[in-house]
Amino acid sequence: MRFSALALARNAVSFHRRWPQFWRSPEPRPHYDVIVVGGGGHGLATAYYLAKEHGIRNVAVIEKGWLGGGNTGRNTTVVRSNYFYPESARLYDLSLRLYEGLSRDIGFNIMLSQRGILTLAHNTHQMEMLARWLNAMHLNGIDGELLGPSEIRKWAPLLNDSPTARYPVKGAVLQRRAGVARHDAVAWGYARAADALGVDIIQNCEVLGFLREGDRIVGIETTRGRICAPKVALAVAGHSSVLAAKAGFRLPITSYALQAFVTEPVKPALSCVVMSMATGAYVSQSDKGELVTGGALDLYPSYAQRGNLPTLQAAVAGLLELFPCFSRLRMLRQWAGIVDVVHDSSPIIDRAPVKGLYLNCGWGTGGFKAIPGGGFVFAHLLATGRPHPAAEGFTLGRFTSGAMIDEGAAAGISH
Amino acid sequence: MKSNEWRLARGGRIDRTRPLAFEFDGKRYSGFAGDTLASALLANGVRIVGRSFKLHRPRGLVGAWCEEPNGIVQLEDCARTTPNLKATQVELRDGMRARSVNCWPNARRDAFAPLQLLGGLMPAGFYYKTFMWPSWRTFEPAIRRAAGLGTAPTRPDPDRYEERHEHCDVLVVGGGPAGLAAALAATRAGARVILADDRPALGGALQWEARRIDGLAALDWTASVERELRAAGRVRVLTRTTAFGCYDHNLLALSEKLSEPASTGPRERLWHVRAAQVVVAAGAIERPMVFPDNDLPGIMLASAAMTYAAQYAVRPGRRAVVVTSGDSAYEAAHTLQAAGLEISAIVDTRAEPGEPAASARRAGIEVMAGHHPLRAHGSRAVKGIEVESIRAEAGAVQEGSHLRLECDLLCVSGGWTPSVHLFSQARGPLRYDPERAALLPGSGPKSFHCTGAAAGNLALHHCLTDGFAAGREAAKAVGASRDAGRAPTTTVESAATSAFWTAPRGSRRKAWVDLQNDVTRADLELAVRENLQSVEHVKRYTTTGMAVDQGKTSNMNALALLAELTGSSIPQVGNTTFRPPYDPVTLGSLAGRHVGSLYHPLRRTPLDSWHAGHGAVLEDFGGWRRPAWYAAQGKTREDRIRAEKRAARTAVSVFDGSPLGKIEVRGPDAAMFLNRMYYNGMKTLAVGRGRYGLMLNEHGIIIDDGVCLRIAENHFLVSTTSGGASRIFAGFEEWLQCEWPDLQVLVTNVTSAWGNIAVAGPRARELLLRLETDIDLKAGAFPHLAIRCGRLEGVPARIARVGFTGELSFEINIPAGYTTALWELLLARGADLGVLPMGIEALQELRTEKGYLHVGTDTDGRSIPADVGMGALLAKKADDFVGRRSLERSDSKRPDRLQFVGLEARDPAAVLPVGGHVIGDAARRNASQGYVTSSCMSEALGRSVALGLVQAGGNRTGETVHVYSGGRTFPARIVSPRWYDPEGHHLNA
Amino acid sequence: MLHISCPWCGPRDEPEFRWGGELPLVRPGPPERVCDEAWAEYLFMRDNPKGFVRERWLHALGCRQWFVLVRSTITHEIRATAKLGESLPEGLA
Repeated sequence: MRFSALALARNAVSFHRRWPQFWRSPEPRPHYDVIVVGGGGHGLATAYYLAKEHGIRNVAVIEKGWLGGGNTGRNTTVVRSNYFYPESARLYDLSLRLYEGLSRDIGFNIMLSQRGILTLAHNTHQMEMLARWLNAMHLNGIDGELLGPSEIRKWAPLLNDSPTARYPVKGAVLQRRAGVARHDAVAWGYARAADALGVDIIQNCEVLGFLREGDRIVGIETTRGRICAPKVALAVAGHSSVLAAKAGFRLPITSYALQAFVTEPVKPALSCVVMSMATGAYVSQSDKGELVTGGALDLYPSYAQRGNLPTLQAAVAGLLELFPCFSRLRMLRQWAGIVDVVHDSSPIIDRAPVKGLYLNCGWGTGGFKAIPGGGFVFAHLLATGRPHPAAEGFTLGRFTSGAMIDEGAAAGISH
Repeated sequence: MKSNEWRLARGGRIDRTRPLAFEFDGKRYSGFAGDTLASALLANGVRIVGRSFKLHRPRGLVGAWCEEPNGIVQLEDCARTTPNLKATQVELRDGMRARSVNCWPNARRDAFAPLQLLGGLMPAGFYYKTFMWPSWRTFEPAIRRAAGLGTAPTRPDPDRYEERHEHCDVLVVGGGPAGLAAALAATRAGARVILADDRPALGGALQWEARRIDGLAALDWTASVERELRAAGRVRVLTRTTAFGCYDHNLLALSEKLSEPASTGPRERLWHVRAAQVVVAAGAIERPMVFPDNDLPGIMLASAAMTYAAQYAVRPGRRAVVVTSGDSAYEAAHTLQAAGLEISAIVDTRAEPGEPAASARRAGIEVMAGHHPLRAHGSRAVKGIEVESIRAEAGAVQEGSHLRLECDLLCVSGGWTPSVHLFSQARGPLRYDPERAALLPGSGPKSFHCTGAAAGNLALHHCLTDGFAAGREAAKAVGASRDAGRAPTTTVESAATSAFWTAPRGSRRKAWVDLQNDVTRADLELAVRENLQSVEHVKRYTTTGMAVDQGKTSNMNALALLAELTGSSIPQVGNTTFRPPYDPVTLGSLAGRHVGSLYHPLRRTPLDSWHAGHGAVLEDFGGWRRPAWYAAQGKTREDRIRAEKRAARTAVSVFDGSPLGKIEVRGPDAAMFLNRMYYNGMKTLAVGRGRYGLMLNEHGIIIDDGVCLRIAENHFLVSTTSGGASRIFAGFEEWLQCEWPDLQVLVTNVTSAWGNIAVAGPRARELLLRLETDIDLKAGAFPHLAIRCGRLEGVPARIARVGFTGELSFEINIPAGYTTALWELLLARGADLGVLPMGIEALQELRTEKGYLHVGTDTDGRSIPADVGMGALLAKKADDFVGRRSLERSDSKRPDRLQFVGLEARDPAAVLPVGGHVIGDAARRNASQGYVTSSCMSEALGRSVALGLVQAGGNRTGETVHVYSGGRTFPARIVSPRWYDPEGHHLNA
Repeated sequence: MLHISCPWCGPRDEPEFRWGGELPLVRPGPPERVCDEAWAEYLFMRDNPKGFVRERWLHALGCRQWFVLVRSTITHEIRATAKLGESLPEGLA
């Protein structure tokens, strides 16, 4: 069924008792053409594009909990493509362009709000870095502008303008096409669309191990039985090493907690996304009115999805340095995800060292904005056996050759 | 005093001798000291205190404390305005101004009320199904304006927040009967105790308790316990303090609100408490029932109604009906009756309520057992409740008679939800207890003791004995086992509960689950129908439990409904994770004192006061406060920087280099160690000499550079960049301790022990010769890159002939305390030579002219030694060093790597913009070949100079390229970076 | 907030410490005998276990000594600490 205001009105008449299911709850079948392990944004997007772009519908998405419950449901919802290296720009801008058409494409309002992101610089060195970065964006074909302090103030009037601010705002790069989207809607929208195309989404199904024939992986062993497929794709951010271990190899990944929190909802106080090169804080205001913010990683590996108090306090202090007016607002809820951190902050979209297995991981703190792009190129790799041009360079082999794509600065979160 | 039918003439814990005036939604009212804003509003007959989030339905007070979902207010104005406080938690102050939120002009008459009519079009998740055309952005502004509750302040917060850290043996969370008993037991047993309660006074439910404890009135007993605790010496009693989060290893975070913050005192305190044992006596929160129109003003929790009457001396209505599924609400009925309300009936969902019903009947209150609520009646306030008798005969449920009861106050009690948040945050598992219809703490961490209502025990006598036992146990676990005596006692009464979640379905009218977010039973049904069946999906889709009250009164009902709708049980449905904070926490209190200049405090050099007092424009350079340039009356910034540069190139300058890293490395293996830490060979460095070196990480990337000086055979002084000192020093320690523990080397970071003044310029030696020293400064005796130690003007000094300007330069290191004296001496003695202090801007331009690398500016996170022209050294060094193997990888040998070069603008007056990218061809603007990293005008050379990183730059000398920046392009040539004095005549003077 | 027992100083709060990587980590050498894959293993490849892991920590704001911890990456329970070079009981991680 196509969602629309008309559909809403029609269903209101029947007291909303006739809405169909978003997706089925099928029993897993013993064979598929492709198994995608991981029912988060990347896994669901991959399944969707496999069906839509490549006509491969005999696909299962296997999710150990409930779909979209991992990092996809825990991030701070920022989407942007203001990256430095041409390889990154290609991939993240492909993703942003797909986001731009996504609601229409899948018929689900993902609430994409391209309200702009300001990345703030606070001293001469950072201004020089901004200039270098902005010019790189232009050469990569990405929209970006340099703003001075007075223009910045028009975008974010509540920014700290005290003459004695610790980190006075000297300038910013603005990407207008960047903004936020509703994370749950992205997961649910892709799931619904993939399901409609015939993809089986199997929730509450945990992978216990891999099935092998010789040196190939031919399927998975799960809590709901064995499922075979000639291609098994992993999109399990945070748990990539856990599954890799089951397949007998290691990854260049360490899993950390990345915290985020929201305040109580208030009337509009911030209409764009703001990130600071000095404090590492980033903040936006959701459409419900809550300020959504995060900061740096907790500094030791964790699968706990909680984070600890010192990091949280540092994130709050960073936010208040930018926006001293927010000091009297109150934190309502705090949580954390598990992020795959890789040395150069760039993803791995590649075949695994074991035949039959494919990897989409290493997104670190930047996976949400890449969901459509990551799913798109991963589907391409699975369907054709060849990497998509936008995935060029994001290989596992780069760790051996040393050909890093080091976006540490672009991601804004230090580690 | 004017008589007021809503305020009792006597009783309660308010102080009638202190009347307070306040304003709500523009109208003036009065209350008393001891009132909350909520109780004062009720005492003034204000029934509609807010509007619901989505549909703007009129809402009244439901609770009396932090569980309140409706009474959300904005306090005060301007800088001290605070949004989204619960009126039930706001202590009334004289002159207080408050207003309702998310309505206009006020809660009573809201212009957005007609939105209720669109309710049918706005089921859960409706926004996912529409607003797509033309785009979400078309609708977003209006929706954002309609969303949000209060308004954020637009001025910085004038208040201060503090942090405290404490250790204790036993932290007791909750100062009600169970908590007080626990604190008493633990204290008497000899433990160090912290007792924290979130209310202004201890006692919890005892504040409206009629029974006696150990023969004393409940309040008197509470006071006696408090006296004993405060007198005990190892006990800290905190009121107005919420324990909001439990973090690893029993670190609990508490938020204390100070009652009357003095103008200079803190507004709140954040307590970090490391507790060996934690007693969770946080009580339980009553649940409403879900039935059609259960959101009408005048419908409140039975315990809240009782609290208003007993604690605040308020009549919440004239005529009440109590609907309950357990014993506790009977006490509310008695209390309200004693306060003068007429009790129409107590409607009990249980068929046989037992003794409480008999007792109520004896007091003249009708009890209708075995009846369920069907729907409430009323439009802007409750007018009545329709109930239905349910007879279960032979296992079959039959519909019975309907009856409508008139009331203007409907007290509901659908059960109690233990506040197990902290226990759950400590990873304690919860188990569902069907008899108590609650999620109770299961078997969890041994250091956590849940007790009282938090453990599912509602009866007072139970709380007292249970709490006392928990306190004693906790104390014993830390070795405090003095005899604590007997537990306090009171009369035994029953406190049975039963499960009642929702009226039987059948009505089309909305039955509310989450009051603040307008989530109805139908919304949950919709979610399940659409196959969003997991509790997390349902929560996110419907937004139940995600409002400001975080579902304190709605989560359990939602879970039960979900279980029913999915045909499973509450344990199967599970529950969403309890996350901190338990109650919202002010951001300012989390930041504490780390605001303003105390947020990442800047480090200061020994000369900071001198700089500040002599016109220096001080800025943040690598975390240090340093002079960018020195201002002078009537001169522009450009004039001043040019003057500083001229002094260095033609006369002499002094520069404060104190932040430069200085690390002492000593020991028989010092040379071998440094040889491993540097890219360059250091074993052959002669005593008294220095060598410029690059330090790499294991990825072969340049992370720092500087001159390594050999003071003696086994004594080196390593200099690092000012930003790198701590990092490099930490790296040294790490390698020595973890990889090479057998090397005999000691390292010490002496950066802040030595001040550093760089005296540079053609007349530098001339100036230094005017100082008294035992060091031979003549050119032959003191060549470039040498280090000499001795005394200068009577104080120990280490002088190195190194610098960053490209001129004859002496860096003088002296103990930090003498730096200012030496600086002033140099300026005085050099006045006739034209000496000037030099800032960082000038220095950067001079070193750019000279072509000196600035790590972090002219290198990026990928630069290796070959990229900066030092590749040839690799073959000459046989030994392993940090990063060596990475330099052998294929990527390190790529011909198109970015290499450090000079860039000569075709127009000598054009300063190439830093950050501009090199492109081969002005027309093909889509492939960056590198970028400009440093750039300035060179007065010495009479033209602009620039440095950059360019692909294969080392092989492209002479080639013409273009630099793109901000839409413009500049033609330029790739040249050597050694612009100024390439032969080094000045340097080697 | 982690409560870590430094083998020299005793129990201290998390902000005093710095995490330094999982163990064991063996630096291969000499460089001419190390192949690219082995070097990549050392630089990048990690177990990253969900469970107990052996790690190096530094008491950065205290004695500045490195030591070894056995910690759960799920519950953050710390099972053991030891000075560098001291052996830990078997079977911990």
